[in-house]
Amino acid sequence: MAFYRSHILVCSGTPCILKGAAAVQSALVKEIERKGLANEIRVVETGCLGISEKGPVMVVYPEGVTYCHVTVADIPEIVEEHLLKGRVVNRLVYKDALNTAVKAPEPARQKEQRVILKNIGVLDPTSIEEYIAYGGYEALGKALTEMTPEEVIATVKESGLRGRGGAAFPTGLKWELTRKSDGDNKSIICNADEGEPGNFKDRLILEGDPHSVIEAIIIAGYAVGAKMGYVYIRGEYHQSVSHLELALVKAREMGFLGKDIFGSGFDFDIQVFKGAGAYVCGEETALIESLEGRRGEAMVKPPYPPTQGLWGQPTVINNVETLANVPQIIVNGAAWYKALGTEKSQGTKIFSPCGDVLYPGVYEVPLGATMREVVFELAGGTKSGKQFKAALIGGPSGVCVGKESLDRHFAYEDLSPGAGAVIVVDEGKCIVDLIHNCLKFFVHESCGQCIPCREGTKRMLELADGWISGQGKPEDIGLMTELAEGLAISSRCGLGQVAGTAFLTSLNLFADEYKAHTENAVCPAGVCSMNGGNADNG
Amino acid sequence: MEATKCPRCTVKKSDREIIQGFGKERGNLLPILHALQDNSRYVAAEAMEEVADWLSIPVSEVYGTATFYSLFDMKKKGQFVIRLCDSPPCHIEGAEAVKRAIERKLGICEGETSKDLRFTFENVSCIGLCGVAPAMMINQDVYGNLTPDMIPGIIDKYCEEEL
Repeated sequence: MAFYRSHILVCSGTPCILKGAAAVQSALVKEIERKGLANEIRVVETGCLGISEKGPVMVVYPEGVTYCHVTVADIPEIVEEHLLKGRVVNRLVYKDALNTAVKAPEPARQKEQRVILKNIGVLDPTSIEEYIAYGGYEALGKALTEMTPEEVIATVKESGLRGRGGAAFPTGLKWELTRKSDGDNKSIICNADEGEPGNFKDRLILEGDPHSVIEAIIIAGYAVGAKMGYVYIRGEYHQSVSHLELALVKAREMGFLGKDIFGSGFDFDIQVFKGAGAYVCGEETALIESLEGRRGEAMVKPPYPPTQGLWGQPTVINNVETLANVPQIIVNGAAWYKALGTEKSQGTKIFSPCGDVLYPGVYEVPLGATMREVVFELAGGTKSGKQFKAALIGGPSGVCVGKESLDRHFAYEDLSPGAGAVIVVDEGKCIVDLIHNCLKFFVHESCGQCIPCREGTKRMLELADGWISGQGKPEDIGLMTELAEGLAISSRCGLGQVAGTAFLTSLNLFADEYKAHTENAVCPAGVCSMNGGNADNG
Repeated sequence: MEATKCPRCTVKKSDREIIQGFGKERGNLLPILHALQDNSRYVAAEAMEEVADWLSIPVSEVYGTATFYSLFDMKKKGQFVIRLCDSPPCHIEGAEAVKRAIERKLGICEGETSKDLRFTFENVSCIGLCGVAPAMMINQDVYGNLTPDMIPGIIDKYCEEEL
């Protein structure tokens, strides 16, 4: 590696990109070249630095000076003054409320405990050398050369890691079941079909630290005796796909993929597979159908993928975040991991509070954190200053909770975090309108295969259409409840089973609001148009 | 290999080359459809017949699969496809008002394509940009924290490009 006297990290998180970070970065690179500093100063595009509202943001190391609201016009001054003459450009320095310069990361981020996201915003996701320099692929080396597959599985089991995609199935157990199943063509699938509204954590991992996921997939492959790994990734995540594909090329060049990895006799490769816009493909059996080149329709379980998955062979399907935990569990051991979180819910969890919060974003904290901590301390509370009203935990397919739940803990024994979305609404918003929007989502995304879901979601939406347009009837509530409960027990897959969950869980909390809509044709929040007939409210 | 099934149909040469660049395993169906979509901005019926032939599966299965996924189009869309998210996080942050602004600016409704084939506007489910809701994508470009008054300026940029 070349030696550089300075590194400049330019945030390429989505909010910064929206504010023109790409233009700022290319101007910076050009100006550095123009001044003949290209051999001394390196510009690194990095994941979100966590001060998105102040973008575009960059940090100059080794000083750790953070500049915010940088424009293309500021670049010559930064290069001339700071990089050439060593004088910090004070007017652009990120300062806190007391006007003191803040070194990255920002204070709110210090409440986080980053395990999975430790590399995000720190290293260049396009450089495998940097990942290795930060301890990357150490876990792979340890697993392949010092541990038997059984020992890897035992360590993951012992750590207590559970699936982070929402279902919370114990990861080690899933691996063990797959290892013990007969089949000479086993696969590992990384489920990167992040489609649940309100979740945008996997995107950050894939774009900011793709090697951690690749390393984990190889370890999983070794543990269960698989030959191939697949990353099933949303077709809409263009940057994730390109970062991952680049990372795979580099990993192959380094010999982490291919034949006889680390001289262990273990052969393994990974392929990226692009989804094509179908939410239901996040369901594991539908995902497998899609990978096999079919419509993404869920299959009846059992058999489960660990015994009969891709091409009828034993298959592990793990979420991106779940996998990203694995290298660190291998390096630091199960006991270290178990010390994080609560007694029954080990590890950290990534949350993505969004909606009516001041600082929507991706935050990592140990399991056991309260909803209040996530919504108020990390996400800054409501941006309007209005009272917190409710949140959808995990997204539209999760539960709806109100302020009575603010002090509940995100843990599998208390408030299950789902995939980590926390969609917050303030007092100015209407619950009925929110539930109507969730139902619209399920109608669009139902695969249409099983009748309860295909018909049931439509009938539920029709009822809700009436509620938001002043056409509701008092008996609708009972009918909707019946439909929601019916779908829960009769739908083939998770999509239909949970389509009515948000409604059911919000019903008792906001009974008055439902009553006002269905009995008096009034929307207390003033959100629904109630103009009769026109369901397309504003 | 020559397609012999339907002498009336002629597959675009570039589409045929794309198909024949893939192996004949069924698992290649989605990657082939992606490549065809990228090539022509839609998947032509003739191309689907060719795919069926290449993979030795019924045309109905190719069609059934292609129409299942929202990223594959059966008829040509505009040069720029505006995909506005209307899932809960964007909805509660005002996606509906943004939708109306787009419709006003383009003079077409959601789900339609402009006559000059420049724009197609559609609502889509979550695109994973909830942190900057309301959000949309125009082809691969991402826009977030949208307000109705930002729309004309954004769309004007795409009006300047040659069709």
